[in-house]
Amino acid sequence: MIAIIDYKAGNLTSVQRALQSLGWESVITRDVSEVIEAERIIFPGVGAAGQAMADLKKLGLDQALIKSYHEGKPILGICLGTQIIMKWSEENDTQCLGLIQGEVRRFQDGLSDERDRKLKVPHMGWNGVTLKTQHPLFEGVGPESEFYFVHAYYPVSESPDTVLGETDYGIRFASVLNSKNLVAVQFHLEKSGRPGLKILSNFCQWSGTDHA
Amino acid sequence: MLSKRIIPCLDVRDGKLTKGIKFKGNVDIGDPVDMAAFYYEEGADELVFYDITASSDRRDIMIETVRKVAEKIFIPFSVGGGIRNVEDMRRVLLAGAEKISVNSAAIREPDIISKGAEAFGSQCVVLGMDVKKVSPSEKIPSGYEMVIDGGRTFVGVDALAWAKRGESLGAGEICLNSIDADGTKEGYELALNKLIASSVNIPVIASGGAGTIEHLFEVLTEGYADAALIASMTHYGTYTIQQIKSYLHDKGIKVRSTW
Repeated sequence: MIAIIDYKAGNLTSVQRALQSLGWESVITRDVSEVIEAERIIFPGVGAAGQAMADLKKLGLDQALIKSYHEGKPILGICLGTQIIMKWSEENDTQCLGLIQGEVRRFQDGLSDERDRKLKVPHMGWNGVTLKTQHPLFEGVGPESEFYFVHAYYPVSESPDTVLGETDYGIRFASVLNSKNLVAVQFHLEKSGRPGLKILSNFCQWSGTDHA
Repeated sequence: MLSKRIIPCLDVRDGKLTKGIKFKGNVDIGDPVDMAAFYYEEGADELVFYDITASSDRRDIMIETVRKVAEKIFIPFSVGGGIRNVEDMRRVLLAGAEKISVNSAAIREPDIISKGAEAFGSQCVVLGMDVKKVSPSEKIPSGYEMVIDGGRTFVGVDALAWAKRGESLGAGEICLNSIDADGTKEGYELALNKLIASSVNIPVIASGGAGTIEHLFEVLTEGYADAALIASMTHYGTYTIQQIKSYLHDKGIKVRSTW
């Protein structure tokens, strides 16, 4: 069973609907034992880091996630979920899970585009991802594919090895992170049309090892 | 780099599309769910549903429509019309919409913006603005005034001031509709779009006046818009989304070109 972690951070039903359309059953849960027993875990989220971490801790889900990661269970982080796996977030000065070493920073004001126009924060809309290496989750996803982003904060990894994909928005930031059995995407793959569904579908069949 | 978004807008009344939409192929022209699926396949970047159902006791029909749309399309879509409070927002979002748009309700009670942003996040809250050009005055210094009831009622609020207030209250995006340009097919109101889009730090969707693909190019460049709302130009098959995007791409605008 695929467990979608429920920590009041929203957007859970759209992930479940996307899985359903692909023929995968899932359960939205905040129950620690259900998360521990799940075959794979999706860790979504919309909202603020501070509240999200507080809710995860209160429910004991922070430890469940850390344990599952070390056991080698496939885990997929989405949007805020991707920021929570880092060590620390500038948003609400939050200590996070630390599954990947690094920080989460806010887009600075004053970034501009190629027409020299001010870039807006949040980064909202469709943007591309440049993969640094191929990965089973991106199998069958064309290099021109774009994904739907909505975020004001972005992860900064301390280790370049963990950066699987990058996106340009005034600066180049890590939009896909990968460490062993964990892949985390900053965009909403459940709202990214066919390429997003393809990644989701690949995740549902992924063993959790780097290479297929 | 971020793509400019092309967003078809569908008007829905009692669960049916209001305008008779003539489409080639097997599309039920009256059914918003079929139309949504069609636009999803066509490469629309997002969809907007505007519920113009008159009686509030028929609103459940719209929730059912949203639920069915959410099962079929996997791009963001927003729902506006008849949203009066946080509970209305919650129902629409839980049914599967990505965003809700507030317009008249926000003018009457601006707190709905901050309450919505606190409950669901700013990214869910779109401030819909219907605007008419007026002579600049002390009360309306920008020369653009907010209107409600489809443009019939002036509310004495300056559009530029309202956009900034909406942003500070927590709106995540603005959908800016020029009542003067709406339905003319003579082009977006560029000066209005530029004024608002360059004065706020949230994305602005331009609405009202699109008739040709050149109009889209204009508003996405001179008009500073982040996205463009379209209706009749694709609803009646004059253009396809693909044609629009190819044209914009050739003119140097970044658009999502594979899906």
